[in-house]
Amino acid sequence: MSAKLNLAIYWAGSCGGCDVSILDINERILDVAQNCDIKFWPIAMDFKLSDVEKYADNSIDVCLFNGCVRNSEQEHIAKLLRKKSKILVAFGSCAYLGGIPGMANFNKKQEILDRVYVEAQSVENSEKIFPQPHTKVAEGELEIPVFHDYVKSLKQIVDVDYFIPGCPPTTEIINTALNAIFSGKLPPKGTVIAGKKNLCEECPKEKTDEKKVKKFVRPYQVIFDEKKCLLEQGIICIGPATIGGCGARCISANIPCRGCFGPALDVSDIGAKMLSAVASVIDSNDPVEIEKIISEIPDMAGMFYRFTLPVSLLRRSK
Amino acid sequence: MSENFEPRIVAFLCRWCSYTGADLAGTSRIKYPANVVPIKVMCSGRVDPTFVLKAFADGADGVLICGCHPGDCHYDIGNYNMQKRAPLISKLLKEMGIEEKRFRLEWVSASEGDRFAEVVKEITEEVRNLGPLNWKEIKEAVK
Repeated sequence: MSAKLNLAIYWAGSCGGCDVSILDINERILDVAQNCDIKFWPIAMDFKLSDVEKYADNSIDVCLFNGCVRNSEQEHIAKLLRKKSKILVAFGSCAYLGGIPGMANFNKKQEILDRVYVEAQSVENSEKIFPQPHTKVAEGELEIPVFHDYVKSLKQIVDVDYFIPGCPPTTEIINTALNAIFSGKLPPKGTVIAGKKNLCEECPKEKTDEKKVKKFVRPYQVIFDEKKCLLEQGIICIGPATIGGCGARCISANIPCRGCFGPALDVSDIGAKMLSAVASVIDSNDPVEIEKIISEIPDMAGMFYRFTLPVSLLRRSK
Repeated sequence: MSENFEPRIVAFLCRWCSYTGADLAGTSRIKYPANVVPIKVMCSGRVDPTFVLKAFADGADGVLICGCHPGDCHYDIGNYNMQKRAPLISKLLKEMGIEEKRFRLEWVSASEGDRFAEVVKEITEEVRNLGPLNWKEIKEAVK
């Protein structure tokens, strides 16, 4: 490679796990150091936002953007990095789908503020003081970002070139992406760097056609057969609606899938597809019994839209 | 609520029983509200929950699914499949804040034109009382 690639990595509304997953690629990180000039990476290096503002447009070759967009600062930086980057990658489930923070769309903004600043047991705030974007103090005016009404994925804010799913993305997926970037052999715009088939195809558990669930349970409530499909044993697993590519790492550890890789091809809404999948394993034709069986599924919306609420068909609750 | 509110209800009708039932309501000149938009499907079991969510997301105020009575399915078990899905759909809609009465599964046979008219009248009135859903606007907040 002749010239080094300019690389930027940013975290918006995220936990930091995506940044760690980049460091987690072991010796491959040396390739990154060799092939790239890092231009911006707040978690690891000392660059200021004003540095980025000074860069010429399109001067960053690749930007890996992780985290959802919930406030004005995140939105501003997303737009800024879009302008400065040739290739913008939504890195991780939050940037791609809204992710875990996306579940905040089950509540309205004021409900969240009330919970955090008034109702929480560890908070004493009888005057009901909420953070304000601008506060005057003796030394001058303080400014914090404006908290938006809802969580959005990166694509809902700016144009995105590629998507890397995962919470966090696996080393294999990151390596696939790095290989594509370093070799210059890029897939068509809009590609999700993941498997081609749904997760059940790569899941090691044994599946049968026998769908005989009389009761839905959570993993801690039963001793289940480790060799068999979890859904067929009444443990809700989001695998049927989720794209593969993760290597079924959770399921291999007997933890049911929660769908962090996002919808399988041709699935527009994980929750809706899961309704079909769950219905298909119920063993009853009696409406009263069916009602009883499904009443045991706790927090269905939260489970089915664990990572995808902002990009689902409904996008938020009423 | 606007006084002139006319609910928009999407009705998925199974080709073998319910669509024929709706046809019979028409040829028998039974009057029923013009609020339903009928969509012919091969079987009530063909209705993916995605269709229901998409209907609400794109502006429907209510969704009705009609199929053959249990035991009468042309494909043997299609309506039983829907029978399992329907309460799950209701539960999910409820958790998303969509009132239960906006979604309904009914069995209407090919000879029950009057019953189809009755079901349509009921759901139209129930949804009219609930008022517009306006999910398009709700969705726009997270564009």
